Amino acid sequence: MKYKEIVTVISQEQIATGIYSMWIQTKDIAKDAVPGQFISIYCKEGSRILPRPISICEVDKEADTLRIVYRVVGKGTDEFSKFSVGETTQVVGPLGNGYTLENRTALLIAGGVGIPPMLETAKALNFMGVKVFTVCGYRNNELFLKEDLEKYSTVIIATDDGSVGTKGTVIDAIKESGVEADVIYSCGPTPMLRAVKQYAIENDIICQISLEEKMACGIGACLACVCKSKEVDDHSQVHTKRICADGPVFYAQEVEL
Amino acid sequence: MNLGVNIAGVQFENPVMEASGTFGSGVEFSEFVDLNKLGAVVTKGVANVPWPGNPTPRIAETYGGMLNAIGLQNPGVEVFCKRDIPFLKKFNTKIIVNVCGKTVEDYLEVVERLSDEPIDMMEINISCPNVKEGGIAFGQDPKCVEAITKAVKAKAKQPVIMKLSPNVADITVMAKAAEAGGTDALSLINTITGMKIDIHKQTFAIANKTGGMSGPAVKPVAVRMVYQVANAVSVPIIGMGGIMNGDDAMEFILAGATAVSVGTANFMNPTATMDVLSGIENYMRMHNVEDINQLIGIVK
Ligand SMILES: Cc1cc2nc3c(=O)[nH]c(=O)nc-3n(C[C@H](O)[C@H](O)[C@H](O)COP(=O)(O)OP(=O)(O)OC[C@H]3O[C@@H](n4cnc5c(N)ncnc54)[C@H](O)[C@@H]3O)c2cc1C
Ligand SMILES: Cc1cc2nc3c(=O)[nH]c(=O)nc-3n(C[C@H](O)[C@H](O)[C@H](O)COP(=O)(O)O)c2cc1C
Ligand code: FES
Repeated sequence: MKYKEIVTVISQEQIATGIYSMWIQTKDIAKDAVPGQFISIYCKEGSRILPRPISICEVDKEADTLRIVYRVVGKGTDEFSKFSVGETTQVVGPLGNGYTLENRTALLIAGGVGIPPMLETAKALNFMGVKVFTVCGYRNNELFLKEDLEKYSTVIIATDDGSVGTKGTVIDAIKESGVEADVIYSCGPTPMLRAVKQYAIENDIICQISLEEKMACGIGACLACVCKSKEVDDHSQVHTKRICADGPVFYAQEVEL
Repeated sequence: MNLGVNIAGVQFENPVMEASGTFGSGVEFSEFVDLNKLGAVVTKGVANVPWPGNPTPRIAETYGGMLNAIGLQNPGVEVFCKRDIPFLKKFNTKIIVNVCGKTVEDYLEVVERLSDEPIDMMEINISCPNVKEGGIAFGQDPKCVEAITKAVKAKAKQPVIMKLSPNVADITVMAKAAEAGGTDALSLINTITGMKIDIHKQTFAIANKTGGMSGPAVKPVAVRMVYQVANAVSVPIIGMGGIMNGDDAMEFILAGATAVSVGTANFMNPTATMDVLSGIENYMRMHNVEDINQLIGIVK
């Protein structure tokens, strides 16, 4: 079930340069959310008409609140970063499919603002009693969400500048740490996802990746947000799938990056 | 209060529809909108065979609007008839099927396939490039407009709406050509060709380079065109282009539209169609008007 709600900001905090963490009060969205899903959050400035898709980072089902962690990259996210506590805005969610959680050792691989959805994923897997490793790629030593992730998983770090952990990519960090697992859950920039897919194929590991594309409706109606699928898709009857409705999470072998 | 309107013998409960391509076949939006409350559901363009659409990015936001180059991705008329029409038949609303093609034959194949389906009207999207005429859109040449209208009318069992492209010097020439071809109604406007450049990536914001502009930023152009067409032809008009609320819809109705379609607004608010409907009702109450038909085209 998807809901259109007017949500209230209950906290807003800058957690790294240009990265914000916001908790919002929902009515039903948080209750129904699963790890890997996202919400469409709308600008109040009327010249910006399209929703911004942002991953669900953490949920508190009891309180019906949810957390998003986002980087300011343009006018919309800049507007969100200026929302103050008590302010309201329109949100539609929860959207997309989310990860299929398996009862086997998990390797979460994320880069940049692909890290936020890993928190709820790690939490849910940990709750299931699964051993969880999280490999995070950061630009530098601003390790946002690292401490939260450590509550539910063993965290391995890669940084672009080498200031913490392995200097290099998430794959470099995996190789350096020698970590092994049965299922990969990944989210991040496309070049990273390509490398993760390659790594999963080479090591014969089940791999779920979360994709990104510009969205207009966010619910599967407009066909803006498609990715290339390996097989002819049943809904589209061509080689495309809708990231917002059929994804954002796909098995790596289902899609071409 | 009477909100019912009649277009080419089809009676609509109210004048609010959604615009083709922004609402799929209604399945996804039915989680937010009671489709029974819409005057009609206008489907995404459907072709004779499945179309893969354009590469991504397919859309870009622009100030007060957006550009799209979806490329008319659709599953083809066969799957559409088996899957989407039965879904829509569950609702008490009218079904308008939007049709696209690359050649006149393509269009006719779809029109024939639809002729025995339980749909109420067909809307012919002539903003598609005519591959046999060097890719210029059907809707940009009055001879083409008249010819395709005639050809469609000869085959169609349901009333036909020709959907005009605004990318022309004089929209009334195209409207008259469609009327001469025998169309039952007109809808306008389709999107206005635009471009956006990503200055940091130093490339086009959408992969197709150009895209169709829609949303509130195009509304004044759309209202002007509806007004001009209403005063040039006698067939009924479905007006669209940037309608966000009831007041916007009233501009189109006062300019001469019998019904209105809500497109891009659905992206900003999935229940925009319902807001437009209640806004029209509020307007009628405020102005003490009993029948919406009394307001159509009264601004001269
Ligand atoms: C499923 C999904 C989950 C996401 N989760 C997060 C998250 O948890 N944290 C986070 O920081 N970012 C996330 N993003 C990226 C986020 O959507 C964009 O950074 C945001 O839309 C930028 O908006 P803007 O107005 O600031 O930027 P502008 O560049 O001004 O935006 C212009 C338009 O482009 C769209 N756009 C720009 N960048 C992207 C992008 N990368 N992906 C999709 N649309 C984009 C905007 O939505 C808007 O319509 C996610 C994207 C997707 C598709
Ligand atoms: C994403 C998108 C897809 C569209 N697809 C179609 C289509 O398949 N057929 C068509 O005739 N018009 C299509 N249109 C045009 C709309 O139906 C409408 O004419 C136009 O967007 C203007 O209305 P608006 O400003 O309310 O969106 C599309 C528009 C958008 C934004
Ligand atoms: S954004 Fe409309 S289909 Fe995905």
